[in-house]
Amino acid sequence: MKTKQRIITFCITFSILFLFWVIFSGKFDLFHLSLGIFSCLLVSWVTSDFLIVTSDISRFIRLFMGFTLYIPWLIWQIVLSTIHMIPIIFSPDIHNKINPKIIKIKSKMRDNVGLVTFANSITLTPGTITVVLNTYGDMAVHAIDDECANSLPGDMGKKVEALFRD
Amino acid sequence: MIVYISGILIAGGLFFFLVGSIGMIRLPDFYSRLQAAGIIDTMGLLLSMSGLAILALNEFTLGNFLSALKIIFIVVFVFLTGPTATHAIVDAGIRAGLKPWQKK
Repeated sequence: MKTKQRIITFCITFSILFLFWVIFSGKFDLFHLSLGIFSCLLVSWVTSDFLIVTSDISRFIRLFMGFTLYIPWLIWQIVLSTIHMIPIIFSPDIHNKINPKIIKIKSKMRDNVGLVTFANSITLTPGTITVVLNTYGDMAVHAIDDECANSLPGDMGKKVEALFRD
Repeated sequence: MIVYISGILIAGGLFFFLVGSIGMIRLPDFYSRLQAAGIIDTMGLLLSMSGLAILALNEFTLGNFLSALKIIFIVVFVFLTGPTATHAIVDAGIRAGLKPWQKK
């Protein structure tokens, strides 16, 4: 990586780490802040290559903006599928209401972070759990009933693919 | 006013904790019980923690704001680690050869 690139990555990592330090310590005297600066410098010197792996910073910023739009939508999906689960759990005839099965879906994404985001979003939504995921985008999902199974990959897959498009 | 909003949110969170717990007892097998556990660590946690965060902001000072922010970070980190742990448990079950319950 070029020197200029390294410096930018280092600065971004340092700012993020120091922001977290300030939030978690909550003390603003010179002693605590200087401890924070020292340890954040040390950690970002060692790990600045890990946090921002992409070579262009603009993609990182675009991903960050995309996530701020994606997370409220994901929370709304969690609410919807939780409301879908409540009558199933309280129904007297629970064994007829559910139809657990493992379905196989395929994602067109090749970005590892994107695949993990998609798999984690599926697991977060009540009613579906990712069982298997590999780097080629093959997934196996355990779904609790037909409606949950039919909703995949669906909108969520499209949204994550759009988020991680190059 | 803020106390009532946060009370409603915490009560909603507790309701979803109850739903998840009942689901964990009533559903037939290991995998579908994990689905019910998913309700607990998404909706239950989200509602009760946002209720607590709003309650912490009842009196607005910098310290209270930071505590509210820390409570929000609890939700963020559980949302990141929860699915990973669930996946590890399910994967262990599949590798050990446990078959999912199926409708007769």
